[in-house]
Amino acid sequence: MSVLLVLEESGGKIKRASWEALAAAHRLAPAQEITAVVIGAETDALAAEAAAKPLGKVVRVEHPLLKTYTADGFSIALHQLIRNQSDTKWVVFPHTYQVRDYAPALACRMGEVLIGDVTGIEDGPVFTRQLMQGRLNGSYRHSGNGPCFVSVQAGAFRADSVETQVNAAPAPIELFTPALEPAQIRTAPSEPFRESAQTVDLGSAQRIVSVGRGIKGAENLPLIEALAGALGAELAASRPICDNGWMPMERQVGSSGQTVAPKLYVAVGISGAIQHLVGMKGSQCIVAINKDPDAPIFEVADYGIAGDLFEVVPALTEAVKAGR
Amino acid sequence: MKIVVAIKQVPDRDAPVRIAADEKWIEERELQWAMNEPDAYALEEALQLKEKHGGEVIVLSAGPERVGSTIREALAKGADRAIHIVCDELGAGAGGGLRNFDALGVARLLAEAIKPESPDLVLTGLQSEDLGLCQTGVILAELLGLPHSTLILHVEKTDAGLKVKRELEEGWFQSIEMPLPAVLAMQSGGNKLRYATLMGIKRAKTKELRAVNAAELGVQAGAVVTLEQISAPKKQKSTQMLGGSAKEAATALVEKLKTEARVL
Repeated sequence: MSVLLVLEESGGKIKRASWEALAAAHRLAPAQEITAVVIGAETDALAAEAAAKPLGKVVRVEHPLLKTYTADGFSIALHQLIRNQSDTKWVVFPHTYQVRDYAPALACRMGEVLIGDVTGIEDGPVFTRQLMQGRLNGSYRHSGNGPCFVSVQAGAFRADSVETQVNAAPAPIELFTPALEPAQIRTAPSEPFRESAQTVDLGSAQRIVSVGRGIKGAENLPLIEALAGALGAELAASRPICDNGWMPMERQVGSSGQTVAPKLYVAVGISGAIQHLVGMKGSQCIVAINKDPDAPIFEVADYGIAGDLFEVVPALTEAVKAGR
Repeated sequence: MKIVVAIKQVPDRDAPVRIAADEKWIEERELQWAMNEPDAYALEEALQLKEKHGGEVIVLSAGPERVGSTIREALAKGADRAIHIVCDELGAGAGGGLRNFDALGVARLLAEAIKPESPDLVLTGLQSEDLGLCQTGVILAELLGLPHSTLILHVEKTDAGLKVKRELEEGWFQSIEMPLPAVLAMQSGGNKLRYATLMGIKRAKTKELRAVNAAELGVQAGAVVTLEQISAPKKQKSTQMLGGSAKEAATALVEKLKTEARVL
């Protein structure tokens, strides 16, 4: 088997990002050579879900100490598995927060380097990932004996290309029990919590006006509020605006905030780093206003105005009002 | 607490980037440079921990001569001393430019400089704004044999070690407890960043800034992962750019949102 695909779950179901990673794995090897890995304290249901997908086999990495994710537990267990499966050429992950937390250490343990946040795989294989906050792409190649570790950006590969196979026999499932001692796990995580009840549900908004660093200061926000008012839109922001306390965290769109898909998304002064794009690129119509004509936000926009937001936004507010 | 903060100098966010002639990196001449923002948050956390618990904050950065300005900025904000791993782009010798190293190689350089300091805590930013590899902190922990956590917004010292607040996806968080020494990769936004004061800038000039040649650290150049080419991204959608004056563009946009996109 040449690809080990490490699946991630949430609430007892395999995450969609894991199936996108399976689609990426199909670019590296035929389905029969892909081994999916589920990891935890009880993995039978996850394994059954994975076994129905187009892949060669499923391995359950199971141990009571893997009940809750820890970087130590996952790194040690997967390291043992990879050494056990000595014909592994590729180890593929979805690029989640959890994977970022341990995959670089796991790769390092084997003298390897993770090629992280990959958006494309071309012949070679040559891996594409973004540089300079999405303003450029980089082409990466792996050399040496491997295995080569790769994590795949959310949304970059299509999960619907690896639909559950209704009529095919499920892939065989094996159990792997790693040797783990409590003392090897040095961190003690708590249960996840939320800061406060979310009172703003941007997910159901029809129109959103979202603001980024280009606004320069909280004192300029009334400009954006006026535009949102004229459009009947909810206000949202990219991460730095909320980090600065200019807008509450619950209005943040992106990987660490809410994911939205309104009919109209107006991005004002937002450059379009991937952390923001993953939260809004499903919007029906995207408008971008930014002074930098090369800003990555224009790559996902339907309509763009490359200009000074301090001139464009008031003009747009007036035009919306006049157009009623 | 003795804290080492690993910081990186990156192209200023607002600086225009041009692909260099060899298409392997960007044109660095005439570029403006700044402290990587997540690293600025790591420095801020370190300075606040020192203010609460005492100790020392040591700044560590690798790169060519120009990195000195970012190190001075960190010293001006309140770091006590600094180590500069000098790694010239054109430099001869075993070290060579940082571009001869992959993420593991750079982390090895940093780890070799950290080891003799035996710090209680090592902080880095979660990711860099140029390469965005998101790995340095995690690999450092592995090389130093220390526990780690990433995406940290807040650090609290406890009797047993640390209690940190870690960001999860979609607005969730968790607390993690761990012993010291440890390595943390800091997320942006946990604190308010301070500015350097005039007094701080003055004092920085008298603080120790030790230069270590990368070649002296005994780390082999070389990489298992190499960046072969950079390019401008291909557009995912055909974007209609609306030109003219602000008023003309705004009027055209409203018309298109009504009649073409039908979202108004």
